[in-house]
Amino acid sequence: MATIREIISSFRDKPGGIIEAYHAVQRECNFLPEETIPIAAEVFGLSEAQAYGVATFYSYLSVAPRGKYIIRMCESAPCHIAGADTLIKAFEDALGIKVGQTTADGKFSLELTECVGQCQGTPVITINSVPYVDLDPAQVETVLALCQ
Amino acid sequence: MIEEKRIVLRNADNIDPEDIKDYLQAGGYRGLEKARSMRTIDLIEEVKKSGLRGRGGAAFNCGLKWSFVPPNRGATFVVCNLDEGEPGTYKDRTIVQKDPQTLLEGMAICAHAINSKQGYIYCRGEYPYVVELLNRAIGQAKEAGVLGDFDIEVRMGAGAYVCGEETALIESLEGHRGEPRFKPPFPGVEGLWGQPTVVNNVETFANLPEIVLNGGEWYAAIGAPNYTGTKVLTLTGDVKNRIFIEVPTTTTLREVVFGFGGGIKDDKKFKAVQVGGTSGGFIPEHLLDTQIDADSMRSIGATLGTGAVFVMDETRDIVDIVTRIAKFFEHESCGKCNPCREGTYRAYEIMKKINQGQAVAQDIDNLTVLGRVMEKACLCGLGQAAPSPTLTTLQHFYPEYQARLRAQ
Ligand SMILES: Cc1cc2nc3c(=O)[nH]c(=O)nc-3n(C[C@H](O)[C@H](O)[C@H](O)COP(=O)(O)O)c2cc1C
Ligand code: SF4
Ligand code: FES
Repeated sequence: MATIREIISSFRDKPGGIIEAYHAVQRECNFLPEETIPIAAEVFGLSEAQAYGVATFYSYLSVAPRGKYIIRMCESAPCHIAGADTLIKAFEDALGIKVGQTTADGKFSLELTECVGQCQGTPVITINSVPYVDLDPAQVETVLALCQ
Repeated sequence: MIEEKRIVLRNADNIDPEDIKDYLQAGGYRGLEKARSMRTIDLIEEVKKSGLRGRGGAAFNCGLKWSFVPPNRGATFVVCNLDEGEPGTYKDRTIVQKDPQTLLEGMAICAHAINSKQGYIYCRGEYPYVVELLNRAIGQAKEAGVLGDFDIEVRMGAGAYVCGEETALIESLEGHRGEPRFKPPFPGVEGLWGQPTVVNNVETFANLPEIVLNGGEWYAAIGAPNYTGTKVLTLTGDVKNRIFIEVPTTTTLREVVFGFGGGIKDDKKFKAVQVGGTSGGFIPEHLLDTQIDADSMRSIGATLGTGAVFVMDETRDIVDIVTRIAKFFEHESCGKCNPCREGTYRAYEIMKKINQGQAVAQDIDNLTVLGRVMEKACLCGLGQAAPSPTLTTLQHFYPEYQARLRAQ
């Protein structure tokens, strides 16, 4: 596995490439471990404050540890009226965590998100960006079982 | 019954989006070939003649925007806005997934018009599978040599709605926090890395190959005179058919909801439709005979926006939905300017109070004044449009608010 410095350095010649570099780190680690920020600042010629500012502006990037499977529940209006609340509750119950938390074994994180552009099939969740549409609470266990 | 007219989606489901050969066989890249045989001023003139207005929400005349790019100013950039963050919208994803080469061809036409060698597609972080598809499509286009010396790179956003705003998008492409810039200068003069930049929506670009091929006048004859052509719409909510369609802009909302949409699910009655995404106005039944073109929508206090069509049946709770929308704006406000940072927070606070039955009439007055101030004082379109769902529902569905007020 490439080190964080290697991953970030490979984007050195891409103008404005820091966000791409953060995405690449997250593909390896699920989140941005602490050393990411000073390395990114150095590689892209920014202050650490600026590099941190970028990392914390975007909801896809996280400086806090997250699980291997990041489940995001869309709560925008079309999903909201299609029963997003009940679905979130079903995931919370099945995983024994609340939205914003990660399971103790580090396997699942549960997050809220706004529209993920699959509103032909509300309500929608994504697991590591893969959309699952037209879900109802009875399907939660089946969906979780797909994550091995 | 009015029919679909497919220009942007002409190849959808007729070709294999993964294979450029299919696209070429269907006449692909002939528009670009023709564009390249034209002088740039003639090309821009042709696009102006088509009347094509931007499909990303602001409905600005496309050819006119291009004409602002000063000639001979060194590097210029073509940027495609594939941020598609507006809730209820899935048209840009659909266009690209069905026919990615059309987008690339449209961008290359723009590149010829403004003499650009470098394009960027800013794709939202929620669509990594679209990024992969686009990279394959660009690879094939390069191999086939159709793009000439014009290069296109795909960059991925990271989950911030405001980055769909063109100057915030440019900030993000530069690797910064996605906060909107003050305008002027406009991107056409000073955009990406300070250089002239055209930012257009996916659907805008995707119209161009056919416009160039068939001529501006051909396009201008389709749809409404002031907002020509077709519009791709995405239907969501309580309609029977949650589908995408492409229709002439003379189509009415009633035809969209009850014709293409098949009416309301489960034999319920219609209550409201919100068009244009979550910042759009709510439209009641008696205004459904309005045409979808941007100016007609504006005349009823609504917007065409992205073309999202979110339908609500008679059982839906308007106050609850608007409260949810208020939370969206509170969450997505970038915080750069005070009227929006504070305004979206207070608007959500008051909406929660109303939704919980804790509000008095004065709260509604405050909400109205706050909305009016935000429309005028916010720096970018996010804050300016945020009050629209509240103000339009107060106008058309006031009894629902009134019924929630606490007895004084
Ligand atoms: C908050 C906000 C979000 C926006 N999101 C998008 C978007 O996701 N896609 C888009 O094409 N335009 C979006 N826009 C409009 C862009 O600023 C810009 O007008 C558009 O990309 C220009 O392209 P067009 O002229 O082809 O429509 C947004 C504007 C605002 C204020
Ligand atoms: S209006 Fe809102 S989103 Fe736009 S710049 Fe101001 S704070 Fe940021
Ligand atoms: S509203 Fe949930 S995916 Fe679009």
